[in-house]
Amino acid sequence: MNIALLLEMAADAATDRIALVCDGKRWTYGELLAAARGAYELIVDSGASHVALLDESSEASVIALFGAALAGVPYCPLNYRLADADLAGLLGRIAPALIVGDAARVARLTPDQGHVVYPRAEFTLAAQEAVASDGADYDAGEGVAIQLFTSGTTAAPKAAILRHSNLVSYILGTVEFASAEESDAALVSVPPYHIAGIAALISSIYAQRRIVLLPAFAPDAWLKLVDAERATNAFVVPTMLSRIIHALDKGIYADISSLRSIAYGGGKMPLELIQRALDLFPDTGFTNAYGLTETSSTVALLGPEEHRAAHGASDPKVRARLASVGKPLPTIELEIRGESGEVLPHGQPGEIYVRGDQVSGEYREKSALDADGWFPTRDAGYLDEDGYLFLSGRADDVIVRGGENISPGEIEDVLLTHPAIADVAAVAIPSAEWGEAVGLAAVLRGGCDQPGDEELKELIRARLRSSRVPERILFVPSLPYNEMGKLLRREVKLILAE
Amino acid sequence: MKPGSRLKSSACDTEVVVIRCGSGTIQCGGAAMSEGGGDAVELNPDFAGGSVMGKRYVDAAGTTELLCVKPGKGSLALDGTVLVLKEAKPLPASD
Repeated sequence: MNIALLLEMAADAATDRIALVCDGKRWTYGELLAAARGAYELIVDSGASHVALLDESSEASVIALFGAALAGVPYCPLNYRLADADLAGLLGRIAPALIVGDAARVARLTPDQGHVVYPRAEFTLAAQEAVASDGADYDAGEGVAIQLFTSGTTAAPKAAILRHSNLVSYILGTVEFASAEESDAALVSVPPYHIAGIAALISSIYAQRRIVLLPAFAPDAWLKLVDAERATNAFVVPTMLSRIIHALDKGIYADISSLRSIAYGGGKMPLELIQRALDLFPDTGFTNAYGLTETSSTVALLGPEEHRAAHGASDPKVRARLASVGKPLPTIELEIRGESGEVLPHGQPGEIYVRGDQVSGEYREKSALDADGWFPTRDAGYLDEDGYLFLSGRADDVIVRGGENISPGEIEDVLLTHPAIADVAAVAIPSAEWGEAVGLAAVLRGGCDQPGDEELKELIRARLRSSRVPERILFVPSLPYNEMGKLLRREVKLILAE
Repeated sequence: MKPGSRLKSSACDTEVVVIRCGSGTIQCGGAAMSEGGGDAVELNPDFAGGSVMGKRYVDAAGTTELLCVKPGKGSLALDGTVLVLKEAKPLPASD
């Protein structure tokens, strides 16, 4: 089944209802569907093998997504923040493409790859004006809907593919059709090339929840838009939440009483930040969503009641759940496995495996699924005795010291309890004696004196054990993150190697 | 007939997309559904409970699952047995 059918259903049921608000302009479900059908004509005429977006979010990203789906051509939103050389490499991998967005940059980087390029406004207008051909042969939706280049925090970007069947399964399994009130509105501020940004569009359209796009996140603009559009739902990455709270602390006024629900994901949420947010927004439901590109977004979530229960709990086990990503969705299976592939009991850390119809686990080059359809996420974690999932970083980030596996997360969590440490990353550094040892890059909290290496080493030794004690500690002004708030451990290693 | 097939009722306006199917005839309003819809027939009053847009319908064995993409007056059935609504536990919006 084609994901475009989800938009067709919304347009059938409520043609004139507002589907999308962007830059003050309002689009109904009927108008979006008509434009997507127009985009189908442009895409088929172009003969493109991919439809790419090199732009911020706008109505054009929605029209391109569904137009590509109707044409049976993979939609491939690109990270416009990539350096020229990296972007040129990706453009070469999807040629010839119909590209919406930065025409000048495409012409400069890849003048001879046969791409057809439309600046945003021209694409939208052309899609609106295209005359739908009689008996248009819309794709059945048996192939690839979306191709996303993974962010490549540990290696070169891989082309992850999501089939129509993966995304439809995710939506049908998690969203009730037309379940939103007409006054509901979801504020979407994640970039269009991130799976959360795409899932937000499709989920909201199927729920008939009005989408309010904020193409470039800034905390004041976010707060003003919540106020102006009476947004009821929002998805943020942890850094966005931190900046929103900071803006409120500075006294920026906005009426955000409409905000019933804030979902977050995409990176590790600092415990202190979520606790602060729960206190600051006592009537808002928080949902932590854990998922990957390769799993069509969310596979586990910690819901609003669970947040409040953990926040107010005296039982340390329940309280600890605020740092978990909740329980697996009922529509997927999840296991923790050890190094030889054995399923581990609750409480034991290992690699997270998932299986289900929404899980693609597929790359352009090959599928990563095992013979039984399980996808190794390369994320490390464990399940507590009640089935709550705790993440402890990427499996590739594990530090192997003299044969002992050390998760950076456990060291970082202990150091973050030190009042002078604002941020910290533990990574593997080469060691002649142990193969690898623990290296630390730490950020000093403003106004604090820098603690001595011995003091920090003693903290680790006392709370964990001696193998976790860092061999090298370096104080840096800030740690490198990508725009989604993901720590770039590769770069931390380089800093420590200098 | 396979997952992804879009079927039309010949007895009412109902249209469904096949999510999952096994053997057996998928019916609506008492008559077999097909991709073309077929010649219009009278709605069988025994199968006139109606279909609801956006709902999923399953058989007891869980071999067949349909998504209603256009509502109508007929009831969906598999080999004469009415399909039931698939109840899904509501999840909080996560994206």
